[in-house]
Amino acid sequence: MGLLHNLGTVCILLGIPFFISGTIGLLRFPDIYTRLHALTKADNVGLGFVVLGLSLQADGWHTVARLLLIWLLVLIASSASCHLVARAALRKKIEPWSRP
Amino acid sequence: MMDAMGIFDMVLALALPWLGWRLLASPDLFRAMVLFISLGLLMALTWVRLQAPDVALAEAAIGAGLTGALFLSALRRLERLSEAERRLAFAGKREEEDEIPPERHRRAKPVAYGLALLLLAVFVLLLAWSLAQTPAGGGLGPAVGEQLGQSGVRSEVTAVLLNFRGYDTLLEVMVLFLAALGVWSLTRVRLPLQDEEPGPVLATLVRLLAPLMIMVAGYLVWIGGSRAGGAFQGGAVLAAAGVLLLLANVTVVRQIPAALLRWGLALGPLLFLLTAVVCVAAGGNLLEYPPQRAGAWILLIESASAVSIGVTLAALYAGGRPPEPPAQDRGGEQGPGRDADADAGGRQ
Repeated sequence: MGLLHNLGTVCILLGIPFFISGTIGLLRFPDIYTRLHALTKADNVGLGFVVLGLSLQADGWHTVARLLLIWLLVLIASSASCHLVARAALRKKIEPWSRP
Repeated sequence: MMDAMGIFDMVLALALPWLGWRLLASPDLFRAMVLFISLGLLMALTWVRLQAPDVALAEAAIGAGLTGALFLSALRRLERLSEAERRLAFAGKREEEDEIPPERHRRAKPVAYGLALLLLAVFVLLLAWSLAQTPAGGGLGPAVGEQLGQSGVRSEVTAVLLNFRGYDTLLEVMVLFLAALGVWSLTRVRLPLQDEEPGPVLATLVRLLAPLMIMVAGYLVWIGGSRAGGAFQGGAVLAAAGVLLLLANVTVVRQIPAALLRWGLALGPLLFLLTAVVCVAAGGNLLEYPPQRAGAWILLIESASAVSIGVTLAALYAGGRPPEPPAQDRGGEQGPGRDADADAGGRQ
């Protein structure tokens, strides 16, 4: 119990830097496409670590199943919405950023 | 551990009024809307911290999600106003404004601010007064706990909403029904709501998520008897599924017969009202269910209400009553689907 609990805490702590770097990317990157990249990639892995950590600390298998379902749904939703936002931006003829 | 949560709560308590202020002060409508959605999500988090998961669920689903979608569609319609219309509206506004002399304008401002401050002060005083009046024993909580056994459900929130103060919920359901009636009497819906083809990704997403969302809505209504959940939460998820289907411009949505939509809209309020009348006719009070069958009654009313709330909220998003089927199609065997399709497409 104690070992699993600590392992879970380590996993959650591992997930946090991904969220932070995703947020920094969102704030600092030059255009919509790079920002989308930062957000979706970083958050998916970060959430994966958090879900893994919470699963290790969970009471029973049905909590684990629910957590995994949440992660899966977020993965699907975020990749699909990333695609939709990027497509809408392309249709509006927003030029991708390139190094000047 | 306690300290970390304390810091978290402090940040939450500071972020909420800040977000609210930013959202009201923002001149850009889109930015204000994004801030509104963030405010709703943080508010849901606050309800979780206050140990009110029912309210948190409703806030996240209705406050942030559906209201956000409603704002988005309103914004898109505003943007679609043609240049001429906008100029006309602007000219009208200018004329109206010109009628008020500038010096009156200048005097009105401090009066308005003063009134707002006064109202705020009265509100804070009332809040403080009622807080001082509240007995230390946790308000009505113990009383609800005592009577929970005869309510028919195990969740205190559902017991209060559907049994002890059922008429409040009845009125809430009626208010939503009236809102939908208001929108339906104003205009007809214009499908498709989206200009473009949905594309394979959105179509696949909808095919994947819509059934899951309907299942979650059913789960939320069912679990409402013992834990957080209920008709409003389930209905909101159902409505979200409806909004997704509308957004993706799925053909199935356009083929739903209007009569079915009308019945779906009326089912919950009708059943709720009928139950109330039957309870009175049987010699009891309004919504006084027979104690041994109370659970079944509550589940029945909640299921019907969830369907109606879902249809109502999705109808509010669609923004009008269903499109009229073409006249020559009315007596025909086949449904109005295909022709209504073409009709809606032509109107776009």
